[in-house]
Amino acid sequence: MIASTSFQRRATAWAAVLLTLSAASAVAVEPEVLEAQSRRIAVIERVSPTVVAIFAQGGQGGGSGVTVSADGFVVTNFHVVEGQGPFMKCGLNDGRLYDAVLVGIDPTGDVAVIRLLGRDDFPAATLADSDTVRVGDGAYAMGNPFLLATDFQPTVTYGMVSGVRRYQFPAGTLLEYTDCIQVDTSINPGNSGGPLFNEDGELIGINGRISVEKRGRVNVGAGYAISINQVRNFFDNLKSGRIVDHATLGAVVSTNSDGSVTVSRILEQSEAYRRGLQVGDELVMFGGRTVDTANQFKNILGIYPAGWKLPLTYRRKGQEQQIIVRLRRLHRAAELELRGQDSPPPRPRRGPGPDAPPEEKQPESPLPEAPKDVAPPEAPESSGVPAAYADLYEARPRFANYWFNRAAQERLLSALKTWGFDGIQEPLQVSGRLDARTTIEFRLADQAIAVKIGDRTNGQQLDKDLEDLPPATGGLLPAMHALRGMLTRGAEAFSDTYYLGSEPLDGTGERVDVLMTHRGETLCRWYFDQSTGGCVGMDFALGEDQDECELRFGPLASFGSRQFPETISMRHAGTDLGVMKVSGVEAGRPANAAAAPAPMQ
Amino acid sequence: MKRTVRGSMLMLIAAFCTSVPGSAAKSDVIDDVQSRVVKIFGAGGLAGLQAYGTGFLCSADGHIVTAFSHVLDTDTVTVVLSDGRRLYAKVLGTDVDRDVAVLKVEADGLPYFDLSKAVPAGPGTRVLAFSNMFKVAAGNEPVTVQRGVISAKSNLTARRGRFEAPYRGPVYVVDAVTNNPGSAGGVLTTLDGRLIAILGRELKNSQSQTWLNYAVPIGEIAESVASIQSGEFRPRDRFATNLDAAGGCTPLELGIVLVPDVVARTPAYIDDVLPESQAARAGLAAEDLVVFVNSDLVGSIASLEGILRRTSPGDDVQFTVRRGDDLVSVTLRIPEPSAALQ
Repeated sequence: MIASTSFQRRATAWAAVLLTLSAASAVAVEPEVLEAQSRRIAVIERVSPTVVAIFAQGGQGGGSGVTVSADGFVVTNFHVVEGQGPFMKCGLNDGRLYDAVLVGIDPTGDVAVIRLLGRDDFPAATLADSDTVRVGDGAYAMGNPFLLATDFQPTVTYGMVSGVRRYQFPAGTLLEYTDCIQVDTSINPGNSGGPLFNEDGELIGINGRISVEKRGRVNVGAGYAISINQVRNFFDNLKSGRIVDHATLGAVVSTNSDGSVTVSRILEQSEAYRRGLQVGDELVMFGGRTVDTANQFKNILGIYPAGWKLPLTYRRKGQEQQIIVRLRRLHRAAELELRGQDSPPPRPRRGPGPDAPPEEKQPESPLPEAPKDVAPPEAPESSGVPAAYADLYEARPRFANYWFNRAAQERLLSALKTWGFDGIQEPLQVSGRLDARTTIEFRLADQAIAVKIGDRTNGQQLDKDLEDLPPATGGLLPAMHALRGMLTRGAEAFSDTYYLGSEPLDGTGERVDVLMTHRGETLCRWYFDQSTGGCVGMDFALGEDQDECELRFGPLASFGSRQFPETISMRHAGTDLGVMKVSGVEAGRPANAAAAPAPMQ
Repeated sequence: MKRTVRGSMLMLIAAFCTSVPGSAAKSDVIDDVQSRVVKIFGAGGLAGLQAYGTGFLCSADGHIVTAFSHVLDTDTVTVVLSDGRRLYAKVLGTDVDRDVAVLKVEADGLPYFDLSKAVPAGPGTRVLAFSNMFKVAAGNEPVTVQRGVISAKSNLTARRGRFEAPYRGPVYVVDAVTNNPGSAGGVLTTLDGRLIAILGRELKNSQSQTWLNYAVPIGEIAESVASIQSGEFRPRDRFATNLDAAGGCTPLELGIVLVPDVVARTPAYIDDVLPESQAARAGLAAEDLVVFVNSDLVGSIASLEGILRRTSPGDDVQFTVRRGDDLVSVTLRIPEPSAALQ
């Protein structure tokens, strides 16, 4: 064996440092090298203020994070905040220690969002489009490996992108890394949750996982970062304060020997099945990307939250079909709950199997009275949370922190109050024309609801379950009933209301905020434009796994003192039902109806 | 538009590459090398042995160079080309001294490395390493690429019984962690994609508990590869497919009685030694386990018989046997066919 001690593996971790030193001390360095070096230094100086050192309560262990908005939202790994309670301490490179509160978690994708408190002008990282990352690109990992940064100056390591769109199997946990970025940048315990930057200092990923086998839990040249595009997809959902879930198509796909990817099993309750996908169909495109292998399919699926709609192209007997399907939840709520904050498990010592997330270093002495010369001057203490922040956390099942959800609900609900129906108790009549030819009129009261389209009338009493009326619309009439409830009583009209996050409207449109409401078996998704805040539509379903009645609202028009969409386009099960042009919206007893609006004949 | 700007930036970086050794590697160089690297799947998956490895094409019609390893010890070695094609490979031959094997898949028009164009390198050379480490890449996904610097060129002088190493001879030592599970058989190239060396196995110094990342210069294996490829290499081990049925001798002709060959991989334990035989004179005894014949690993009775069959009368062969905790080597001479059982 050659002089082996000089090749200690540890040396690798210092390679970046040594390179810099040798460049500085060299006698004749080519100007391009110096230029590249000063570029690196400039990039590091620029992005360092966004790197967060996260400490667990009591200073036991910790990890890293990155600030992505001026109001203090920080992205990190779920496994960094797991079991740490709702409040933690975070250090920035200004040397100060900030309080932070847990916002939302994604146990499957290993992502969490926390919020730094105390300022509204936090330095924020610029997000890149991680789909443009290429193998061979340079990549900086920054964070707090081995918790070395007692002054909160992040440790910087520099390396190369070794692979993109990697799929990493769940290692005996829910945890699954899909479409991730593989780097040879040295990533070690404590780097978890920290940023991976490209050479321009833009955020391309969140470092979270390393390959380990027999060499111990340190860098062996293969680290994995969650792509920032995945984080982008989940970000609003995480900001909702929820425990968010990943998605499934409801179908199992496999790669065949001829290289095609076909559906081998499909769940009959899935929307994909209702839109026509069958066993044996070949997948061609999913989410705008071609599907070459089953892994690739999982890669695409893994970057989307449950409930998103995605375009899917499949081939059957040479014919291609494009459908848009809503993705189902991957887990039952209870499965995720176990991983959530309400029942924090002891920090799991994951087995020595490959690809476990890096374990955070535990200080030798967990006692707060560490010797002064070892402890950082502002060492995180086990002391409680400042009273000013205590009310920023609200525990509730299925939520990581309900406080953030409540705030978002209030913001969205207030947009509907501007329509001017709040508190109105009288029945509501909405009339107009359907596709210019047919008259259409809704009568919505407390005891009964009815709709008259042309000469045909459908209606029902409200003391029984809501029905699909008119037939094969997904429940157009009960959808309008839900709209009346929402406009006049807000969240009170429903048994459960919460902010879901955001999704692209109808799978391919602009991102919209989504408010969910439940009442009995029925559920509604309310869509709000993210820039104007206005409500742009709603999907009503008579129950889980049923095709929705999709209503999309045109611009608001004035009807007396109130506002209402001038058009409502209706769609159900992939078919257009027509566009209603609204001509009148009235509250109160209709002149031509003597009795209560019972079902019309 | 954005893409164009990015493209021209890459071109700029590429232009630096020629003059600045510190610049990043071009992505088209990486794509080009990756098209010549293959993933290999075979035996393993138990007891910490990975069932995957790496290799690279050395001819347009499907010759593949890889490390000699347990992964090849199966009837069905699968090779996945960079385009995702999954092909069965035949093990043409192995050279255990060089720790190299040559496989063949049925395909043509493939991109490959011309071994005669491999370049030497010295300490300080910036390099790229390509391998299927940790089986991270599947299907048509490109293998992992890492960057590093050659820190030394030295002789790997490990020897059996002291520091285990599969190979003795000159190696490049790399500062990056290139030798991971599945890396062996991958390639080390210059930043502009010229072949330097084949990545070695994981190697740990059992005394210092340190790991060495090494790669074997192509010059050290080129001759073996060429002779295996041309069919001139004399196959000497159990992985060879064209066993030479004629010639050689049996263990019994040397005076060795082996235990009954009852299972597929019965270890080559000596059951008895014929009195007055060569084996007896050399001191072999019952309960010795034959572990090597010359430098060929003896995994089973069948492999021992195979190795002996391929010897020629008059050859001196070295038997290494395990006796208790010791390794004992003796030399026996392959008898003339008529001189059996003297």
